[in-house]
Amino acid sequence: MKTLILSTILKALAPLFLGFAVYMFFRGHDNPGGGFIAGLIASIPLMIHSMVFGYRATREKFRINPRLLAGLGLLVALISGLFAVTMGDPFMTSIWVEQKLPLIGKIGTPIFFDLGVFLVVFGVVLQITFLLTEE
Amino acid sequence: MIHQIPFVQLPLWVLITGFVFCILFWRYSKIQEMIATISVGLYLLAGIGLLVSVYQNGIQVLQVGKWAAPFGITLVADLFSAIMVLISGVLAFTITCYSFQDISAERKKYGFYPVLLIMMFGVCGSFLTGDVFNLYVWFEVMLVASFVLIVLGNTKPQLEGAVKYVILSFISSGFVLTGIGILYNITGALNMAELSIAISECPDKKLLSIPAVFFFMGFGIKAALFPLFSWLPASYPTPPISIGGLMAGLLTKVGVYALIRFFTLIFTHDVALTHSVLLIASGLTMFFGVLGAAAQNDFRKILSFHIVSQIGYMVMGLALFTPLALAGAIYFLIHNILAKTNLFLISGIVKETNGYFNLSKLGGVYKNFPLVSVLFVVSAFSLAGIPPLSGFWGKFILAKAGFESEQYFIVAVSLLVGFLTLFSMSKIWLKAFWSPMPEAEKKRIKYNSISLFKSKYFMVLSSIFLALLTMFISFYPDYLISLSEKAAVQLLNPEIYINAVLPK
Repeated sequence: MKTLILSTILKALAPLFLGFAVYMFFRGHDNPGGGFIAGLIASIPLMIHSMVFGYRATREKFRINPRLLAGLGLLVALISGLFAVTMGDPFMTSIWVEQKLPLIGKIGTPIFFDLGVFLVVFGVVLQITFLLTEE
Repeated sequence: MIHQIPFVQLPLWVLITGFVFCILFWRYSKIQEMIATISVGLYLLAGIGLLVSVYQNGIQVLQVGKWAAPFGITLVADLFSAIMVLISGVLAFTITCYSFQDISAERKKYGFYPVLLIMMFGVCGSFLTGDVFNLYVWFEVMLVASFVLIVLGNTKPQLEGAVKYVILSFISSGFVLTGIGILYNITGALNMAELSIAISECPDKKLLSIPAVFFFMGFGIKAALFPLFSWLPASYPTPPISIGGLMAGLLTKVGVYALIRFFTLIFTHDVALTHSVLLIASGLTMFFGVLGAAAQNDFRKILSFHIVSQIGYMVMGLALFTPLALAGAIYFLIHNILAKTNLFLISGIVKETNGYFNLSKLGGVYKNFPLVSVLFVVSAFSLAGIPPLSGFWGKFILAKAGFESEQYFIVAVSLLVGFLTLFSMSKIWLKAFWSPMPEAEKKRIKYNSISLFKSKYFMVLSSIFLALLTMFISFYPDYLISLSEKAAVQLLNPEIYINAVLPK
């Protein structure tokens, strides 16, 4: 389904989607948002790309194996929970760096957990998309 | 030192870590096999560690993320859950070893090992969680993984069995979820310990029978209680033996575990009503399960109907609701998991001899494969309850508990069912083992006794391992019985559990 309109719009919208995904990702700690939604939003441009240009073209641009991303995401989320155990706290306890950083704010283990969720969702959605468009 | 190791979380960690690495090495089924073996082996060790630490230090509690009990997610390991985690570790380890030579390369390529690990993850989580909604989530993890396992390989009978299995599982999940909703509406609690308090203080006790019925139906379908068992004989015999054996041994028992947990900790407001319903259901389950088995002529179908029948014994122990009966139920659970799984594994080995599960086409196993026959005798006669094998002790304790609470009728039913079990076990014995092999099938024999062992040594060794464990709990039953009695005392005194989860 190669249409001029979609392919033109995609060029304009892809950066917007990715930017919005980043925004949603960092917004997620206290407000609606977070890794899950960010992962979904970030996968939209690639889904549209594979709808417009076909499976092969997308895989040429995006060479990483999505299954690997999902696996890494799970690993990151797991490790973020294990941090607390090394400090003697129960699994998944949030640990924060005292120092505030400009723009982002405080850094803590929840951001790594969210990063893991982001990767899992992103990877799984892309995997499903690629499997469906591969036919 | 020993209590500093976080044993409650350890079994869950090793499984999920194994799963993650299996995903990362998706294309390499040999590496997946190795990862799965290591992680299941570690799971078994973690199970031993958990049981030891619970035995020494009492109930172990973990508030995940440091959110205190009624609000956060709580993992609790009392003796009963620790025993269950350990036995599931034994089973998972044996099945993984068995699957090296049983599961085809094709099935391994499509992710047999990662799905196996994630299913064990769900099973272990169900045993350890202390929160009803969390329990539902763990159940779903386990069920979704088991759906994948049951259709893995895409053969027609598998898909046919899976449809029944999936639909009934969805219905049962619906029941459980509805029950949780109603319970939350009445009491405002989801944490099991808090629920237990809330229910004992609830002013309108009659109302509580409604969620109790929903949980009874939901977990009853999962445990295959009468009249909700029809999905089990339809679906369990279809996948390869490793998968069927694991499900037969473990998944229905998770349903029994949930029933025991709910009807000792939470729904004890009206024992006269709820537990008599359970008693009636258990008697009918035993009886109709064994009758179904008598009509079958396929090795795995007979065994599947027997799962149903044996579930009745465990629920009978719960329904009698005395310390001795519950100890009997726990002992019976362990015995049944070992013996039943081993029978499935043996049916797989017997199938290797000439390619059939159908009893009319099998034969001559006793003459050609004496070792396999010995393994079968140990497990089958243990299942039937011949003294001094382990099934006898289980049934003996249950019958004794039945006499003590003057429920003579259920004891009579259980003894009759034991007799009928013996009948269908000897039917397998006569047809597959003693009688000569039909002439037409003789040319299909692929192995003799030694070459069978040489080419399928992992299958035979795992079966020997389970048979040895059965022998151990048969000839030295005191260890397990005293452990079960301690676990039963904990179950019947919910204050111990509540005080551990909600410290004052």
